[in-house]
Amino acid sequence: MHSGYWVLATVAIPLIAAALLLFVPETPRGKDIVRWSSALIGAVLFGLSMYIFFAYEVDKGEGYQFFIRYNWLENVGFLGENGISLAFGVDGIAAPMILLNGIVCFGGALISWKIEHHNKDFFILFWVLVSGVFGTFAALDLFFFFFWYEVAVLPMYLLIAVWGSSSAFETFARTKEYSAMKLTIMLVAASILIFIGIFAVFHEAGLGTFDLQVLYAPENRLDPDTQKWIFPLFAIGCGVLAGLWPFHTWSPDGHVAAPTAVSMLHAGVLMKLGAFGIIRLGIQLLPEGAEFWMPGLMILASFNIVYGAFSAMAQRDFKYMIGYSSVSHMGLVLMGLATMSVIGVNGAVLQMFAHGVMTATMFAMVGSIYDQTHTRDMRLYSGIVNRTPLFVFFFGVAGLASLGLPGLAGFIAEFHIFLGAFQTYPWAAALGIFAAGMTAVYILRMMAMSMFGPQDTHFPDLKEMTYLERATGVLMLSFMLFLGLWPAPFIDRIRETVQNLPGVS
Amino acid sequence: MIAADLNFDYTLFIPEFLLGGLVVLLVALDLYVPQVKKSWLSYVAAAGLLAVAGVSLAWIGTESDFAGIVSVDDYTTFFRVFFMAMAAVICLLSGKLIEEKFSHPGEYFALLVLSTIGAIGMAASRELMTAYLSLELLSFSLYILVSYQKFDAKSNEAGLKYLLLGAFASAMFLYGMSLIYGIAGSTYYSEIASGLQNPAGDFQWAMLMGLVLIVTGLGFKVAAVPFHMWTPDAYEGAFVPVTAYLATTSKAAGFALLLRLFSGSFQVVHDDWSWMIAGIAAATMILGNLVALQQHNIKRLMAYSSIGQVGYMLMGIAGLSHDTASALLFHMTGYMVSNMAVFVVIIAWFNLTGKDEIGDFRGMRERAPLLAAVLAGALFSLAGLPLFAGFPTKFILFQAVVDEGYLWLATIAVVTSVISLYYYLQIMRQAFVEKPAEGEEERLPVPLLMNGMAAAMMIGVLYVGLYPQQLFDAVDKATKALAL
Repeated sequence: MHSGYWVLATVAIPLIAAALLLFVPETPRGKDIVRWSSALIGAVLFGLSMYIFFAYEVDKGEGYQFFIRYNWLENVGFLGENGISLAFGVDGIAAPMILLNGIVCFGGALISWKIEHHNKDFFILFWVLVSGVFGTFAALDLFFFFFWYEVAVLPMYLLIAVWGSSSAFETFARTKEYSAMKLTIMLVAASILIFIGIFAVFHEAGLGTFDLQVLYAPENRLDPDTQKWIFPLFAIGCGVLAGLWPFHTWSPDGHVAAPTAVSMLHAGVLMKLGAFGIIRLGIQLLPEGAEFWMPGLMILASFNIVYGAFSAMAQRDFKYMIGYSSVSHMGLVLMGLATMSVIGVNGAVLQMFAHGVMTATMFAMVGSIYDQTHTRDMRLYSGIVNRTPLFVFFFGVAGLASLGLPGLAGFIAEFHIFLGAFQTYPWAAALGIFAAGMTAVYILRMMAMSMFGPQDTHFPDLKEMTYLERATGVLMLSFMLFLGLWPAPFIDRIRETVQNLPGVS
Repeated sequence: MIAADLNFDYTLFIPEFLLGGLVVLLVALDLYVPQVKKSWLSYVAAAGLLAVAGVSLAWIGTESDFAGIVSVDDYTTFFRVFFMAMAAVICLLSGKLIEEKFSHPGEYFALLVLSTIGAIGMAASRELMTAYLSLELLSFSLYILVSYQKFDAKSNEAGLKYLLLGAFASAMFLYGMSLIYGIAGSTYYSEIASGLQNPAGDFQWAMLMGLVLIVTGLGFKVAAVPFHMWTPDAYEGAFVPVTAYLATTSKAAGFALLLRLFSGSFQVVHDDWSWMIAGIAAATMILGNLVALQQHNIKRLMAYSSIGQVGYMLMGIAGLSHDTASALLFHMTGYMVSNMAVFVVIIAWFNLTGKDEIGDFRGMRERAPLLAAVLAGALFSLAGLPLFAGFPTKFILFQAVVDEGYLWLATIAVVTSVISLYYYLQIMRQAFVEKPAEGEEERLPVPLLMNGMAAAMMIGVLYVGLYPQQLFDAVDKATKALAL
């Protein structure tokens, strides 16, 4: 069998599933059909992504594996041969990202089992989102990269506004409709820059094709001055989705308001699309532009790391704290990319995976207690470890991973990033390590405040997590340990590709 | 021109003759066969239109003209099929409303068919007077259709405004034509081109004046800013299916004429008018999309959103080349199908609830799930999001415009289309997030015809969105006939 079908399947299965779910009747029985089939689809996608990750052959040299291409629009208007093609392929950076999406979408499907309100609509939108994410990670055509990228943004408004939750503290209120609109408009507004960048690249290249492999070829590279003005468009356009300071404000609001599975997928995987876009459209397509602008990105990334960490310290809402810690950790990813060194970019990709798994775990766990208590105010909780030890266990491990405890996923990634940064920008590495220390402060303080200490009186009926939630926790945890204890399969794949990135030395 | 050299082949007009026959048949059926159920007339009209559209496919690949004034080529064939299909959809959509409200529906359908002949003429003409007559045939039918609800004050207001401003615009168009005729010495498009290229004297200012007047007249037709004032009132006052017709065929016909005229006659003096159209396009995109943010009535909102869309299409005229022309038709077709899908939902909802405020859409998800799903898809398409028609068509159009050197226009276009997403999402919020009002929770009995039409339109939107090669090939062939 053609190996490209595996990748095609990761994109096509969720889309076809979404289309078929439309025809499930709206009865109690129909709801169960939706649940079972979605769990099954999640399992299949998880299996596929595992297969793609492990079947990816290291030491095969440059080039894309699992390559497949269908002509979509060609020889018409201004489009030449292979004008726009539905092309997919996987390299050492995309492979772990696809695995990440497989893990998180499976976990998200399990966590969403208990959704009652129109769960059919929820899963239709959810699978469209998943399909868009798989598509972006594998796309090898400029048009389709953007196509799948927008597919991933498209369902967000309804997912948050219908199934999300509003926040209200003493003086602070955010309705879910507000957050949904803010997230959607900010992300789509950011894609204006990508849109213009794509127009400019196609126009300047003048090849009549959107095929990325053709545009990547050294002889087709744009001249450096052109690259220099196009690169910021891609870097900021994609950067917004990666939570780049000062355009990160959609992220805490959006992640807090979103339903659990969507927070998991959005913080865990979608933000990585932004960083992935900076690699695919920035470093690979415009290497000279990237080299010119990377110091600027480094400065913004430092703001991300420190500002995100300080903001996270001030939060009293579990999800807001995780949201701001995501801003801080995505800053580490951007810092790794900005070093433009093999080890730093390597670390950035590792951090993308590590952050995806641990953030998704934290959001999944918070969801499990929020569904019972309907509040995320951490001041109201106390000593819940006695009632829900497993919750505290999973949340605690994810928290420790995010503060960079050796043996867990976060350490290995941050270590690479700091090594890379010390080689190029020592001041930035110092800031990063400072912020990693702050992560320890807010994570440990939150745990001390709400999980340990005297037994609480607010929620006497708090129950342990359901079996599905435990299963999700185990799934996530195993990958945190996997990357933490045996990172070789990840590093082998990533390093080989990163070494061949233009401009990365 | 010498008469003996001219081609007087009347068979080229067979589709139009057939449409004329359909007009007579519809009126006659209504008057003389009273036992025919009124609702059947819409089916007769739609079936007739689709049959003639099928017949006109026989001219694919033809390169012929009638005495140099009317061409029958792929461009004409494309618009024949396009306009007839659109009119057929409108006929089916108006069936129920017309049957309930009017005693003689035959006239209504006859006028729709008649206006289609005018629209086809606008696309096919290669001579100014013929183009003008076709334009008036379309407009006169529309004046009557807009004010068709005789006893409704809003409909009368809409009709009167449309008529007065329309007549004014026609006068401008005529005056512009006369100036151009004065310089070029001919009303044939091709001879105008050679006349403008080698003018007999320094007529720069006269030519500019003529171009300004022609752009004004046609700008009114397609509702470009600043000639758009009639649009919201006419859209709001007209009968909903007529609003849909105004938003689709009437606009598309304006663009068909613009493309044929500007590519045929004025391309030689491209630099003299491109700045004008580019400016109008920018103003149209910005104003249409910004004012749409303020609207409460769905018909007024669609009016302003369609003004915004006209701005996108005008960019294609500003940077006129074969690539932009084909991209323009590509986008126009995708847009019209998406727009029609929205109107199917608006009409079906209006038929069942009698309401057309945006706030009245609340709870559509609970009360009419299929309509709500189609509405969501169609609005995403209008906003230019992928899986739906709007994404590839906007992308191709904007890229074509950038390739002609109008990066600044494309930037405005992308920014305004993000603005448009905001108000489309507000409609979706009503339909999906808000709960139905008290006592209105029950499912609505949406007729099979309406559900079927909505689903058919959605299939069209997805078809263009997911597999656009065939449509793009077709419009590419059509625009090759323009010889750009």
